[in-house]
Amino acid sequence: MSLNRPIQEEDLLAYVDDALDEASRRQVEDYLSRHPDVARRIGGYAAQRQALRDALAPVAHEPIPPELNLARMLEARRARRAAPWRVAAALVLAFGLGGMGGWSMRAGMPETVASAGIAALAREAAASYRVYASDPARPVEMGAADRDTLVRWVSSRLQRPVALPDLSDAGYRYMGGRLVATEHGPAGLFMYDDAHGTRVAMLVRPMAVQGDMPMKAHAQEGVAGYAWAASGLGYSLVAAESAQDLHPLADEMRRRIADSFRQG
Amino acid sequence: MDDMVVLIEPMIPALRRYARALLRDAAAADDLVQDCLERVIANWSRRRDAGNTRSWVFAILHNLAMTALRQHARHGAHVALDEVDESAMAARATQEDALHYRDVLGALAHLPEDHRSVLLLVSVEDLSYAEAARVLDVPIGTVMSRLSRARARLLAIMEAGPAAAAKPALRRVK
Repeated sequence: MSLNRPIQEEDLLAYVDDALDEASRRQVEDYLSRHPDVARRIGGYAAQRQALRDALAPVAHEPIPPELNLARMLEARRARRAAPWRVAAALVLAFGLGGMGGWSMRAGMPETVASAGIAALAREAAASYRVYASDPARPVEMGAADRDTLVRWVSSRLQRPVALPDLSDAGYRYMGGRLVATEHGPAGLFMYDDAHGTRVAMLVRPMAVQGDMPMKAHAQEGVAGYAWAASGLGYSLVAAESAQDLHPLADEMRRRIADSFRQG
Repeated sequence: MDDMVVLIEPMIPALRRYARALLRDAAAADDLVQDCLERVIANWSRRRDAGNTRSWVFAILHNLAMTALRQHARHGAHVALDEVDESAMAARATQEDALHYRDVLGALAHLPEDHRSVLLLVSVEDLSYAEAARVLDVPIGTVMSRLSRARARLLAIMEAGPAAAAKPALRRVK
């Protein structure tokens, strides 16, 4: 099929990219033979294309580094997903030896085990809050400007995407955050403050046993908040006990996190 | 999931090349590819168009690269051209080749991101114009006009030296 129309710049580009059929290619060549100025430019494009390919070819010939071993990444993900059930099974076994008396079952999971997970999360959030929110000089390690970098860092350490909700509509400004250590591995701690300087913090980390848990209030030693779990991640929003009730803010936060995962 | 490994694994060298050409930092580029592969694994069952796996994967990588570059720019961590470690780009055979490659990659660095991406996707990664349009999420006409301008500009820079890149006439982009 030949072009049957005047030569267009797009034909010339496609000629450079070898994307023309035989007849069109001949037609372009014929045109170029009669227009040396255009031919020189197109020749330059072809040389430029080849130079780029040659310059970058060695990258594609490098051996693939171990971090990019796809089969292993897939294996690691399978192991991560299987892990909660192994833990659950082990716990059921351990508790099971003592008999089933006094247990309420919930979605196949002993209530005590599930609420123990949320309680641990709440405890860890309160501990982090006590250390960092009271720090006048450096409450966060990475400020609001590094928001995306921090989210990426925390997501990579938690090995799953985390969402950082925008609470400015609720009057809370995002201050920054950090990666913190908990009994259950790394967690993200994100801090916000309001116009009065009241600081609230959200701790997020993967849940080992119960991936979805309704919101529960918790309070200990001057720090109070709400904790819940959704899609395998546990969240706890905490503030000083004297601060206003966090329940509406926690609801807002949970809603926004769910929205951002739906969009993402 | 195992068909995923069969389909995706052969793309990894090209993904590394595209990321490195855009970021010009080997370690950061591989981090990006790793991030991309994690997303491919996580979203494999949810991908809509099974026939266009390559453009789907490149689109994930491209979007991650654009986010990384924007963050880089926002933090003012702009790398001056003279400081760019060209050894991050390529191993080369001879001194003459080295000069030649520095020319083309140095010249490429003067182009805006959207020109660089389209040039790399089409010229180096051999994506069709339609595939490039899907990766960049723009109409195919935009791919053609960007490609046309990118090639003209790269040629002008290579012929006149980097000074040409600074000329306002060449900066004008519709």
